[in-house]
Amino acid sequence: MTVLVYFKANLGLSKVATEIVTYAKKIGEQVIVLTNGEADANTLAQYGNYGASKVLWDADTNTTDNQVLSRLIGSIAEQEGAKTIIFTHDNIAKAVAPRLSVKLRAGLVSGAVDLPNSEGLVKVNVFSGKANGFVKVSTENKIITLLPNSIQPEVTSTNCPVEAIKTDSGESAIKVLTTKKPEGEIPLPEAEIVVSGGRGLKGPENWGIVENLAKALGAATACSRPVADIGWRPHHEHVGQTGVAIRPNLYIAAGISGAIQHLAGVNGSKVLVVINTDPEAPFFKAADYGVIGDVFEVLPRLTEAIEKFKASSN
Amino acid sequence: MNILVCISKSPDTTSKIAFTDGNSKFDESGVQYIVNPYDEWYALVRALELKETLGGSVTIITVGGSSDEAVIRKALAIGADEAVRIDADPKDAYYTAIQIAEYAKSANFDLILTGKETINYNGSQVAGMIAEALSLPFVSLATKLDFSGSCFQLEREIVGGIEVVEVSGPVVVSCAKGMAEQRIPNMRGIMAARTKPLQIITAAGIEGQTLFVTYDLPPAKSACKMISPDNMDELVGLLHNEAKVI
Ligand SMILES: Cc1cc2nc3c(=O)[nH]c(=O)nc-3n(C[C@H](O)[C@H](O)[C@H](O)COP(=O)(O)OP(=O)(O)OC[C@H]3O[C@@H](n4cnc5c(N)ncnc54)[C@H](O)[C@@H]3O)c2cc1C
Repeated sequence: MTVLVYFKANLGLSKVATEIVTYAKKIGEQVIVLTNGEADANTLAQYGNYGASKVLWDADTNTTDNQVLSRLIGSIAEQEGAKTIIFTHDNIAKAVAPRLSVKLRAGLVSGAVDLPNSEGLVKVNVFSGKANGFVKVSTENKIITLLPNSIQPEVTSTNCPVEAIKTDSGESAIKVLTTKKPEGEIPLPEAEIVVSGGRGLKGPENWGIVENLAKALGAATACSRPVADIGWRPHHEHVGQTGVAIRPNLYIAAGISGAIQHLAGVNGSKVLVVINTDPEAPFFKAADYGVIGDVFEVLPRLTEAIEKFKASSN
Repeated sequence: MNILVCISKSPDTTSKIAFTDGNSKFDESGVQYIVNPYDEWYALVRALELKETLGGSVTIITVGGSSDEAVIRKALAIGADEAVRIDADPKDAYYTAIQIAEYAKSANFDLILTGKETINYNGSQVAGMIAEALSLPFVSLATKLDFSGSCFQLEREIVGGIEVVEVSGPVVVSCAKGMAEQRIPNMRGIMAARTKPLQIITAAGIEGQTLFVTYDLPPAKSACKMISPDNMDELVGLLHNEAKVI
C-alpha cells in the first residue's frame, strides 16, 4: 500500500513532518512525501531516514492556499495510486484536508492521536479532550491528520531521492495581502514545553516572570481565556475549550484556577505542573506536580533552578 | 448581503461526559445543549453586524432532529432572520456538509459562515467540505472579516502567525476568536424568535464517510505530588528524573 504524506516545506527538518512520515511508514509499505515551496533538497532527502521512499518537491507552487493545494495533492495521490494521505493537524491541514475529503471521496479522521488499532479504528480526542473516540473510515480512500506529539519519530532507513516536480494546480481565488509572523516565538501547538499564566499574574506588566521561565526551558507561552479577553496577552495564546488545544510534554500553569473549560485544552499534556496560592484550586486535581505558593516568588525560583540544572547538564 | 450561518448544537461546556450502549453512544441524560460557542459568538454575531451595516439577511441552518429547535430559537433570538433545519441525524461531517451544500446551491448566498470547530467533535471539517462541494474559495480560522468595495477583507490564523487576505464572494469562512463579541439575547429578541420562519427540509439521500464506533474516557490521574515552594530544585529533579520531560 502506498501512503502519501503532505507538509508545506520549510528550510529545516521539521519535527512534526518526521512524525507523520514515521506514522505513514507504520501503516503502509511505501511512503511518498509531497511538499511545496522553498526548501533545501539535502534536508528533504533526510525524510528518507524516517521511511520515505521518495520526496516529490514542487518548489514553484509556493502557496498554502487550500484550493490550490487540494488540486495539487489530489492529482499526485491519483498519479501515485496512494489511497491514504497523512497530514499533521495544523492550520493548513484544517483547510485542505476537508476539501480533499470531498474531492477524493476520502473519509477524513482529523486530530488522530494514535496509529489505527487492530480493528483499523483511529483514536481521536473528542469533547475537547475529555474523552477519546475511535473512528472507522468507510471509504476506500482515507485521510488522517495527526496531532503533533502523538508519535515518536523513528529513524529506520537512509536518505531518499528528491524529485523536483512541476505541476499546474491553478490560481488562488484568495489574494494574500500581508503576513504577520512574530519573530523567534515557538508556535504554541508545536511546543514541547508550555508555560502558561492566568489571572493570578495580576497584570500584563508581570509577564516577565512567565517569559523568563519559558526562555530558560525553551518553551512557548500561553494564557487562560480571561487574560486574553482583557487584552493582557494576544488571543493566539488563549488555550482551552474555546482557544487552542495543546498537548505538550510539559505544561506549567501559574496562577490559573483550572476551570473545566481551561482543562479541556490542556489535559492532553503528558505532565502538568500547577503553581497556585489556593490549595483548593481545582487545577491540583488534574496536576502531576503541585506547588502551593505565590507565583511572584515561585516562578523566579523555578527559573533559577532550571538555569542551574541546564548549566550543570551541559 | 445574504449570509448563511451554519449552526451546530453542542453540550454545555460543564457537561459530564459519559457514554452508553457499550460505550458506543454519548450519554445525553441530564445534558444541556447550547449553540456551539464558535458558531454563536463569532460566526452568527459577525453575520449580524455585517447585515446591520450593509443590509440583507441572515439565515441560520442546522442538520438535526426536531429536538434541535431549542438551539435554533436561541440563534433566532440573538437576531438571525430565518432558520432552516435539514431533518436528519448528522451522521458525520461529510454528511452534514453535503446536506448544507445541497441547500446552498438552490439559494443565493454571498457569504457562508461556520464556527472554526464544534466543541464536541473538534473536527474543523464542515466548512472546508462545503466549500469544496460548492467549488468556492474557503478562508479558514478567520479572526476578522470586513466587506468593502466589492470584496471581503479577512485576517486568518496560519501556522505561526496571521495572514491578511482579500477575496470576492461568494466565499466560505470558518470563524475563530477575535471576530466579534458574544451577544446576550434580550426579551424582545426571544419573543420575536418564536414567530420567525423556520423551514424544515427533507435530507438528501447520501451516506457518511466515517463513523464513531466506540468511545472511552482517559484514565483518572493519580494523586498530585506536592512540592514545597522553597524547594524548586526538587521539582526540577522530578521533572528530569521521574517525569523525564526536561
Ligand atoms: C463557554 C465557556 C468557555 C470557556 N472557555 C475557556 C477557555 O477556552 N480557556 C480558559 O482558560 N477559560 C475558559 N473559560 C473560562 C473559565 O471558566 C475560567 O473562568 C477561566 O479559565 C479562569 O481563568 P484564570 O484561571 O486565569 O482566572 P481565575 O479563575 O480568576 O483564577 C486565578 C487563579 O490564580 C490564583 N492566584 C491568584 N493570585 C496568585 C498568586 N499571586 N500566585 C499564585 N496563584 C495566584 C487564584 O488562586 C486562582 O486560582 C470558558 C468559560 C465558558 C463559560
